[in-house]
Amino acid sequence: MALPHAPASAPLAPTDEGEGGVRIQLSDLRRTFPGGLTVLEGLELEVAAGSFVALLGPSGCGKSTLLRLVAGLDRPDGGTLTFSPPLERTRGERAPIAYVFQDAHLLPWRSVLDNAALPLELAGVPGPERRAAARAVLEQVGLGDATARYPAELSGGMRMRVSLARALVTRPRLLLLDEPFAALDELSRSRLDEQLRALWRELGMTVLFVTHSIAEATWLAERVVVLSRRPARVVLDRTLELPRERVATLRTEAAFARESRLLHEALERGEAL
Amino acid sequence: MSTASARQALAPLAALVILLSLWEGIVRALAIPTWLLPTPSAIATAAAREARPLLDAALTTGRSALVGFALSAGVGVFAAVVLSSSRLLERALYPYTLFLQTVPIVAIAPLLVLWFGPGARAVAVSSFIVSLFPVIANTLTGLRSVEPALRDLFRLYGARRLATLWKLELPAALPHLFTGLRIASGLAVIGAIVGEFVAGFSEGSAGLGILVLSAYRQLRTDLLFAAVLAASGLGLLLFGAVSLAGARTLRRWHPSASSGGNPT
Ligand SMILES: Nc1ncnc2c1ncn2[C@@H]1O[C@H](COP(=O)(O)OP(=O)(O)OP(=O)(O)O)[C@@H](O)[C@H]1O
Ligand SMILES: [Mg+2]
Repeated sequence: MALPHAPASAPLAPTDEGEGGVRIQLSDLRRTFPGGLTVLEGLELEVAAGSFVALLGPSGCGKSTLLRLVAGLDRPDGGTLTFSPPLERTRGERAPIAYVFQDAHLLPWRSVLDNAALPLELAGVPGPERRAAARAVLEQVGLGDATARYPAELSGGMRMRVSLARALVTRPRLLLLDEPFAALDELSRSRLDEQLRALWRELGMTVLFVTHSIAEATWLAERVVVLSRRPARVVLDRTLELPRERVATLRTEAAFARESRLLHEALERGEAL
Repeated sequence: MSTASARQALAPLAALVILLSLWEGIVRALAIPTWLLPTPSAIATAAAREARPLLDAALTTGRSALVGFALSAGVGVFAAVVLSSSRLLERALYPYTLFLQTVPIVAIAPLLVLWFGPGARAVAVSSFIVSLFPVIANTLTGLRSVEPALRDLFRLYGARRLATLWKLELPAALPHLFTGLRIASGLAVIGAIVGEFVAGFSEGSAGLGILVLSAYRQLRTDLLFAAVLAASGLGLLLFGAVSLAGARTLRRWHPSASSGGNPT
């Protein structure tokens, strides 16, 4: 298979300023599952365009439900969910929203390259173009020399990177991540955190990141929203007082500990509500 | 070949040699007549003497079984795709596919003769009917085995129904599909032979089923044994070919490909 080589970084940079992030506004959002379980009720949340927001909350409080609603994979039973600028989700267009699950969920019968190119393929982007874009984004997550391999031949961390590359290949304006690195060891996890934050700074999309790790939320996000037990309410909505430039050693600094403690207290308050 | 795998191959061979020697010895010692139970050497002699007719019969049966198997594979996969396309369709129709599994093929073989005339066509249809169900059932299981997260992913990217089928559901179903095909391959030969018992008489060359019947009528039990052996050899051949095709297809990505998967 002869593949054209991509120019080093061309397909990923936003083509114009308007293509950065999207602003999300949730208002009075409600979701009741068949059977009567109300998971979200009266939820209010606003996410600024291009911001990086982490969601923390007790297990089962409705974080995944919220993310699926935002992604359009599920419908709310009440309230509104607005994007500005509005997202057109017509067929054949490049998807403006990307979703990363806790597990990589790759297609085992496809090479790394074809996995990363899948969203473009489903959007009808011609072969050479989508492979060039996939190659570039794989390069960006540090998998430039693994493009021909198959998922079964990769480590967990590498698979997760492919999953991230697949999410970024459409140059989404909104990136949703649901405990994406939770299954990884500590070291791979902080590496991926660092990579994700660098990619966010470079690409400027809006990021909603669900995690159970206070440390991860503190290190990654500009702003952390702590949710209560079901039905999820906002217990704490805090813009972290941490430098914009996040280095690995930040994790040992006093400011980091202070922010973490605040989040921890809010989580406990939310559990007790 | 490593010594370990050589020993693995040697064990069943040794068992075979011991078994055949015992068989030969006992039949000779008790002077059991050949028409009742021939010795292995008598069977081998009969097989060698009748090699030509045996080979012709095996080819005839093999051709019918192959046609039946190909029909099962095509129709079975298509039926599974149709059934999986809607819960309602599946609920409405799947119970009837169970008939395929329970149908006494010997009892309906005369019908096949009425409809298709005696000969290869009725035999192939008998082979088809017997081998169809496992293909439908296993492919359907496979199509249903797709992870929900992957379905979500395809939905998120606006995949069309056909793209989802072609790029997600069918590839995901392949391991199950091949399990179904492996089971069907053995059944296809059985179905062809049973079909020949009832429908195999025609102007053309006779299959193994016919050979079995005529050997039986003439009390040529040694030839009967040879024909039965040829029939199971035929089934093994088809099974082996399908297994090989499956292993090659799934080699790169499916963990069970090397171990042969688990039949349903
Ligand atoms: N499709 C569904 N049908 C019925 N109930 C559901 C469904 N999806 C989720 N739930 C329930 O809704 C509640 C919230 O689930 P959700 O997955 O959103 O929680 P979460 O905050 O993501 O939890 P975790 O941190 O454990 O991932 C749970 O009690 C769950 O059992
Ligand atoms: Mg969850």
